Amino acid sequence: MDPEVKREIIMDNYLNPKNKIKIEDNSYDKVNSNNESCIDNIDIFVKVTDGIIEDIKFDGEACAISTSSTSIMINNLIGLSISEAIKYIDNFDNMVNEKEYNRELLNEAIVYEDIYKQNNRKHCALLPYIGIRKVLEKYSK
Amino acid sequence: MNREDFPMLDKDIIYLDNGATTLKPKCVLEKMNDYYENYSANTHRGDYDISYKVDLEYENTRNLVKDFINAECLEEIVFTSGTTESLNMIANGFFANYLEAGDEILITTSEHASNVLPWFRLAKKIGCKIGYIPVDDNYYVTIDNVLKSITPQTKVIALAEITNVIGDKRPIKEIAKIAHERNIFVVVDGAQSIPHKKTDVQDLDVDFLAFSAHKMCGPTGVGVLYGKKALLEQLEPINMGGGMNESFDSENEVFLKSLPTRLEAGTPNIAGVIGFGEAIKYLTNIGMDKISKIEHNLREYLIDKLIKIPHIDIINLESDSGIVSVNVEGIFSQDVAYYLNKYNICVRAGNHCAKIIKKTTGVTNSIRISLYFYNTESEIDELVELLSNKDKILKEML
Repeated sequence: MDPEVKREIIMDNYLNPKNKIKIEDNSYDKVNSNNESCIDNIDIFVKVTDGIIEDIKFDGEACAISTSSTSIMINNLIGLSISEAIKYIDNFDNMVNEKEYNRELLNEAIVYEDIYKQNNRKHCALLPYIGIRKVLEKYSK
Repeated sequence: MNREDFPMLDKDIIYLDNGATTLKPKCVLEKMNDYYENYSANTHRGDYDISYKVDLEYENTRNLVKDFINAECLEEIVFTSGTTESLNMIANGFFANYLEAGDEILITTSEHASNVLPWFRLAKKIGCKIGYIPVDDNYYVTIDNVLKSITPQTKVIALAEITNVIGDKRPIKEIAKIAHERNIFVVVDGAQSIPHKKTDVQDLDVDFLAFSAHKMCGPTGVGVLYGKKALLEQLEPINMGGGMNESFDSENEVFLKSLPTRLEAGTPNIAGVIGFGEAIKYLTNIGMDKISKIEHNLREYLIDKLIKIPHIDIINLESDSGIVSVNVEGIFSQDVAYYLNKYNICVRAGNHCAKIIKKTTGVTNSIRISLYFYNTESEIDELVELLSNKDKILKEML
């Protein structure tokens, strides 16, 4: 993908993040994900019905990489089953950590394929994945 | 000025994070190396020449610190690992034995974590209350607000003399007077003030003061706990061990040394303390009043330029130190810091360890530009140039 297109996708999801709204609804599981080495701090709200991710919202303050990564992640996870979602998360994790991964599965999240080159920003991209994994693993047990 | 003294300034960086730590002049590094290369022995031995020299140098720094803050005597100067340890010793070694349930500790929401969390823990343990002195519209602590905040339960007021995000200077001398008239102790976090201005603890009449060497051209891992002698006598050592005991035989027969050694258990950071002495000499040679003046001028210069940029929000328009906290409208502070880093400009983004400051300013995070005497107007020009183009920031911040 052209670097300029990647940049545009990231900036668009940062400046106009999708599903960024705080909700007070008990049918959602809430998880906080914060970055110990910086100030990113997001809450993720997940609604799972019959083993399917019906909806995800998020709220909080985070940098461009974290915010856009959350927005893109949510877009990709809604509608997936728990096991499909965990597979997706593992795949993203592998990409960021320079392991083998499947490009086809990532959709827009491929924009972070070079993030491993910036060590101080790897964790920003992973931040929402760390949070949501906690919720989903609860359901997969 | 004095830029040639700092090896780090040869590195093609613009260092504007002096509130976090300052750069070290060559003389400090050489002094520490000299210890490691030429008289590397422990303190408090004195049986052989090089160890005697260690004691002389180590105690010489104590003397330099005493004069630097105008303490009354050497017993009032205790070396610690830094402001954090000093404040924890004050809270846990003195106030833990003094405060009772229902007593009140007064702080503000602009304090650094080091002057919040030790008090939180103490309050929880003893059943004390934490009270907050409100600040005015410019985030300043006024005498009026101090008077309004004091209750009959107030036993200690713990404040930074200069805060690390706003950079406001508190009227410590007046606060100490008011406090002492009401039998209230005054604890001062001097981490951001001692490096930048002349300090006279006897004139201020504070009971305890904590500060760090590394924020004043000295090495990391060294700090000072100042306390009035009569109070330090009552401060229970947090650490027991070598160096601080006179003799011991059983649990019932432990005799401790006198001040200040009693509060310096274990082998101290000898090289650090000796290097710290050199840093104090270095700053004194320049002159603390001159340092304050240079910083003040640099800050004015920076503010005059930033204020003209419409997309820059200056959080602390009023301030008495070289600290300027800003945000670029609509851009997360950390992204701005990453962008500046691409041009080798070092600034801090975040909440700067002052996590309850949002209650004061309504701003959860910011970019902090903190100046020291070796910064220059041309460095500021470069920073301002980069901040003035918002499109460029948005384009290059990833």
